[in-house]
Amino acid sequence: MSATLARWRDSDLWHSFTHSPVALGATLLAAVFFVGAFGAPWIAPHDPFNIASLSLLNSFRHPFASWTYPLGTDEQGRDMLSAIMFGTRVSLLVGAAAVIFALVAGVGIGLVAGYAGGWLDGLLMRIADIQLTFPAILMALLIDGVFSALVPRDRHDSVQIYVIVLAIGISRWPQFARVVRGSTLVERGKDYVAAARVIGIGRGRILLGHILPNVLGPVLVIGTLTLGLAILDEATLSFLGVGLPQTQPSLGTLIRIGDDFLFSGQWWVTVFPGVALMLLVLAINLLGDWLRDALNPRLR
Amino acid sequence: MSAPLLGVADLTVEFPTRRGILRALDAVSFAIAPGEILGMVGESGAGKSLTGAAIIGLLAPPGRIAGGEVRLEGARIDHLPAEAMRRIRGRRIGAIFQDPLTTLNPLYTIGRQLTETIRTHLPMSAAEARTRAIRWLDEVGIPAAARRIDAYPHEFSGGQRQRVVIALALCAEPRLVIADEPTTALDVSIQAQIIALLKRLAREHGTAVLLITHDMGVIAETADRVAVMYAGRIAEIGPVAEVIRAPAHPYTEGLMASIPPLEHRLERLAQIEGAMPRLNAIPDGCAFHPRCPRAIDRCRGERPALTPAGATMAACLLAHA
Amino acid sequence: MPEPLLRLAGVTRRFDVSRPTLQRWLARERRQFLRAVDDVSFAIPAGTTLSLVGESGCGKSTVARLAVGLLAPSAGEIQFDGQPLAAARADPGQRRRMNMIFQDPYASLNPRWRVRDIIAEPLRAFGIGADVPGRVAELLGQVGLAGADGERFPHEFSGGQRQRISIARALAAAPSLLVCDEPTSALDVSVQAQILNLMRDLQQLLGLTYLFISHNLAVVRHMSDRLGVMYLGRVVELGPADEVFAAPRHPYTRLLLEAVPDLERVGSARTPVGGEVPSPIDPPPGCSFHPRCPLAVDRCRVEQPPVRKLGAVEVACHLAEAGAD
Repeated sequence: MSATLARWRDSDLWHSFTHSPVALGATLLAAVFFVGAFGAPWIAPHDPFNIASLSLLNSFRHPFASWTYPLGTDEQGRDMLSAIMFGTRVSLLVGAAAVIFALVAGVGIGLVAGYAGGWLDGLLMRIADIQLTFPAILMALLIDGVFSALVPRDRHDSVQIYVIVLAIGISRWPQFARVVRGSTLVERGKDYVAAARVIGIGRGRILLGHILPNVLGPVLVIGTLTLGLAILDEATLSFLGVGLPQTQPSLGTLIRIGDDFLFSGQWWVTVFPGVALMLLVLAINLLGDWLRDALNPRLR
Repeated sequence: MSAPLLGVADLTVEFPTRRGILRALDAVSFAIAPGEILGMVGESGAGKSLTGAAIIGLLAPPGRIAGGEVRLEGARIDHLPAEAMRRIRGRRIGAIFQDPLTTLNPLYTIGRQLTETIRTHLPMSAAEARTRAIRWLDEVGIPAAARRIDAYPHEFSGGQRQRVVIALALCAEPRLVIADEPTTALDVSIQAQIIALLKRLAREHGTAVLLITHDMGVIAETADRVAVMYAGRIAEIGPVAEVIRAPAHPYTEGLMASIPPLEHRLERLAQIEGAMPRLNAIPDGCAFHPRCPRAIDRCRGERPALTPAGATMAACLLAHA
Repeated sequence: MPEPLLRLAGVTRRFDVSRPTLQRWLARERRQFLRAVDDVSFAIPAGTTLSLVGESGCGKSTVARLAVGLLAPSAGEIQFDGQPLAAARADPGQRRRMNMIFQDPYASLNPRWRVRDIIAEPLRAFGIGADVPGRVAELLGQVGLAGADGERFPHEFSGGQRQRISIARALAAAPSLLVCDEPTSALDVSVQAQILNLMRDLQQLLGLTYLFISHNLAVVRHMSDRLGVMYLGRVVELGPADEVFAAPRHPYTRLLLEAVPDLERVGSARTPVGGEVPSPIDPPPGCSFHPRCPLAVDRCRVEQPPVRKLGAVEVACHLAEAGAD
């Protein structure tokens, strides 16, 4: 274990990381968001979902005016900082779940298409092409429609999160599939695959044991960049009202709620969630860009 | 011997890395006379291609010339500004690389590439340049040159492409040609044709050639003199026949003996144990001493200089004893 | 002569090199086939080395892949140990007895695997041996590497060392036949000498049979008992290596031998034969070598020369004669 750690400490990736101010800054920023989001139940100054603690007397408090409500409060007297922390948690969870769905589906489909070739490759890649012409919002409306018909009305809110994850995941798998297929095409022609075939190793074991570990580099990069996009997808959907219900507000939901008060002077209700969303996605994208550059010389 | 066309003295190339500075070329000195072909042979990582790149100012960053000098017809050309170096490349130094496809632009006809090169370096009208381009294609043995000049690189076979690259390197009539593994990507029968072509052109035009290759056979048939590189240094340099028949450096000797002969079948090939050191682990003293069958204590501490040994010059403490 | 371990009889392999169906249909083209290997026959007695030599595109590497079943022949039959190759490969006990060494030591080892896992893969695949780590250490020693090298990854090794790892992997399941596709072409000469010596030692120690593919005549000379010269998918000359080198009968063999740059010929001038290997998609009619052959007569342009036995040597040339020199 310590040997693995030592090799990691000596690796080019680690060196590139510790010598890149952008990567370090982005990591720090992302870490603040992660700690804030996942530690929210313990470190958030208030519980925005505890209706008993809310008081209309506290509504629309200005930001930076008190230590109790550093970012102000909304129309129900909810602490904005706490709402953002919990909202970030929802956004990150939905984004991560959607990326994992897209990644697993895309990598699997890409591996099969690249290794099998022929008509199966053609079919899978045409499906990917068609998928790319559907924006996530259309996908969400479609799936939303199907679920609305299948699920009883009173349970809509509780399944909504799965609808969103599925919609974003389905709209984002083709990028993974395309890249993995390309890498698989290259790898399957290499002689280490031929060496495995000579001794009779089966297709499944060649794909999972030999090829998969060699195509994961770019997947990691796309996975990171897609996380940023997925969080934005979710925010867009929630802002438009096809997303998460107000009982589980994400950053996008918060922005939509706050949007109603933008012109009545209570700008902070929508601006702070917006800034949080922007910084979160920026940090993730900077990390993704750095990862792409750091891994690139090794992929040549 | 006439005054050297190219003089390289104590050329040192370093690569700064985060683990320290790697010295890839260490005080390399040699000279090439007009019309002479100097072969440069060595195993991968010995620094032979780097020597060529350093001379034409195309060291890949972060590589840099850290010492020594390069003189072309008496004038120093190391540390020239990039623009001045670009004018020298093509006009006074031509370059031929291993893979013709990376040298030729696939989007332009070879005629356009030739005339552009000619007109960049020589004051000529388009028509004159085209005539000259056709003459050069003819010279390197492209059949029906006047018709083929308007063809694209992909319309030529591998051997013909390398001929076009040679025409491209020579069409501005440079005084020096650096040929880095010009025949390595080619089949033996084509390789023989290209070798013969290079030899004839050097002789007829008085062009000096630095022929870089790992193939001792190519050197034997083409070069006048040969420099044997090891770990960024010249181990031995001298007339080809003498270096091959009576090598003075134990590394050259081992290298020659490890080539399987064509004439008869040996039970075992002579082999040099071990491998060439990596740049970050070049031993003190003579770089070859850990693999040398004849190494003595002095070899471990004292770095041998290139000194006359018989008909050649060798960097070996034992060669002169 | 002992029973041949590997026998090819009239083996042909075509590749479909046509453009995709839709494009072909739009351009009204016919399907195009490349005949990479054309009616090749030879046998390798157990414990000996047969080499195939030729220029790029002559089909020698395709023969290597056919011989271990990585490719299936379009026509003809391949037998391993007296059994059709497909049947032999279906039986793990027989499949275990053949393996391959590849040209590029950088592409033939999985960069994400530790060396011990690479070498152990055949052991695990065939379920041989209770003591896998012990066997891996023994194999590493056999190819001149240290036991501790098993913990490292391929990129930590030089080209020559990687080729040793390849050899150790190929030997793991104690094979009888090793197909070696240009095993030293990517290596420096001094490393090449080490690998060639190692391969000869292993052959003597383990009684291996080699099908050895190379473009380097000197290497082939060093390794072979028998030698086949290939040109455009066909074996044009096949016989005991000593005899083929001493008295080449096919004009192409002579051209090849003449073209090799040679240390003994320092500074000697010679006129090389012109021309290049034509495209195997559209080979010349008759003898495919006739456009480059200095001896070609009218008959060579129309009639494909059959393989004829002249003493111990088989030659596919109308003009070759027994004892010709």
